[in-house]
Amino acid sequence: MNIFVCVKQVPDTETKVTPNGDGSYIETSSIKWIMNPYDEFAVEQALLHKAANAGSTVTVVRVGGTKDTEALRTALAMGADEAILVEASDNLDSYMTAKAIKGAIEKSGKTPDLILTGKQAIDDDCLQVPQILAQMMELPSVSVVVGFEGTGSNLTLKREVEGGALEVYTTSGPVVVACNKGLNTPRYASLPGIMKAKKKPLTTHSLADVGVSADDQRIKYSNFQLPPEKPPGKKFDATDEGNQSSIVSEVVGLLRTEAKVI
Amino acid sequence: MAKVAVFTETQGDNVKSVTLEILGKLAGQEVDVISIGEVSASGLAELAKYGAGNVHVLKGDGLDQYSPEGYANALKDFIGNGGYDYVFAGSTSIGKDLLPRLSSMFGAGMASEVTNFTMDGGSFAGTRPLFAGKCLAKVEVTGPKPHFVTVRPNALGLPESPTAGAGSKNDVSASAGQIRAAIKEIIKGASEKLDLTEANIIVSGGRAMKNAENFKILEEMADVIGATVGASRAAVDSGFAPHAMQVGQTGKTVAPSLYIACGISGAIQHLAGMRTSKVIVAINTDPDAPIFTKADYGIVGDLFQIVPIMTEEFKKLLG
Repeated sequence: MNIFVCVKQVPDTETKVTPNGDGSYIETSSIKWIMNPYDEFAVEQALLHKAANAGSTVTVVRVGGTKDTEALRTALAMGADEAILVEASDNLDSYMTAKAIKGAIEKSGKTPDLILTGKQAIDDDCLQVPQILAQMMELPSVSVVVGFEGTGSNLTLKREVEGGALEVYTTSGPVVVACNKGLNTPRYASLPGIMKAKKKPLTTHSLADVGVSADDQRIKYSNFQLPPEKPPGKKFDATDEGNQSSIVSEVVGLLRTEAKVI
Repeated sequence: MAKVAVFTETQGDNVKSVTLEILGKLAGQEVDVISIGEVSASGLAELAKYGAGNVHVLKGDGLDQYSPEGYANALKDFIGNGGYDYVFAGSTSIGKDLLPRLSSMFGAGMASEVTNFTMDGGSFAGTRPLFAGKCLAKVEVTGPKPHFVTVRPNALGLPESPTAGAGSKNDVSASAGQIRAAIKEIIKGASEKLDLTEANIIVSGGRAMKNAENFKILEEMADVIGATVGASRAAVDSGFAPHAMQVGQTGKTVAPSLYIACGISGAIQHLAGMRTSKVIVAINTDPDAPIFTKADYGIVGDLFQIVPIMTEEFKKLLG
């Protein structure tokens, strides 16, 4: 099977985000980049499916900047066979990203049997690329997947919806699967894996190589800013058991009379 | 003035309230509502009250239950013939899954999960959180129309004096077309309560809950005040709660009117996911815990002592 995994490189979850000077994006000069956490589940699922289906290859595709290639190196070190990088800015919109991935997959000459992605990237939080990619490639898709069973292309996929309920989908051909936390436990890259990764093939394309131009932009962002700070709240010391009842009673009262939320 | 379609979902006899929030904000535009599947008389009345002009009800083979392909195929044909400038939907499980596919059928752009927007001169400009709410940005859509937008539930709120519309129901025969990924079964969630992303009140527990069993005291409080129970990443990673309950950058971003954080220290990725809650109550033994910087009401104390007292106080107030 030809298994493709799409990964994005994003600022670490502990990053303190600061808008840049003209508000066109955030300051990225001192950011620690990581593989998008949801993409780790996609890479792991690709490797599990490869192990269960002899003769499969795992190709990892990333669209983004080249200052750091942590995400691709991690995926190769975990066990992916080869990598494709489409050089672009790290904040390309979803439509351009999906079109670039489609172009990169087509250029690889391999027809995908399975495309895995994370359910969302934790930087722009758009949750669009898997579905757009599926539509552009005329494939079905299942998103927010927490259960993946089956062999080859005959899959049973569990999609998590409101209230933790699960929609169980069955598919029998090429499909785009967007993975959620809880699907599996991503492996750590071993030291031999990291050494081997250095010798694995990495193909690089420009956006133009994969058929993407400025005309494909669909979303314009501006005015990046920090959310307004709340004025300081009221703090009560209820460490003394003697005054706990009166303090809790006061706070509950304030929720009704001052905050008006109860 | 723009011509706008709002895709709605129904729950029994009710339409999801995010639809009404969107309608309220679209006052002054020419607005139709589109539903796949029947809308009840009371649902229709609600839609009319908040400004729906026509309510198009699409029905046909393969549309009895959700599938990304079936819904997108049916809506594409209808929307394509309708001359709409914009298509809105709630950022729900279906909205998030369906609209990106639908938008790319038109080669069109989509703004995800906006928390506010304007329609000056019939032209959309939105505000949306990025990095799970660590920052905000203005978002605009360019390229071919219609333009697509999803809106976060609870973010806009309902208008106090809505402008009514005609609410004329129009049955439309539609086709799901080819469905390659279909639902064969739905497994119910453990909780019958509202999802975290739609909940008006959330009671959340952190690492200090110590184990899964102790979440019972949060459930008890939640039952009294009609809340949904959430958890921090630390609690989820420790196995106290399932990932579906996680609030934060790698969980759900929430905006309830009241968020009660119990034994949550307030890691940056958690704060990002809940900081837009209207009112935040924090209970923590550590007076220097970062959660207190975001709390409207902070109680320094042991949650195992404070939570039961608070539950009793809520009972007194609401009982």
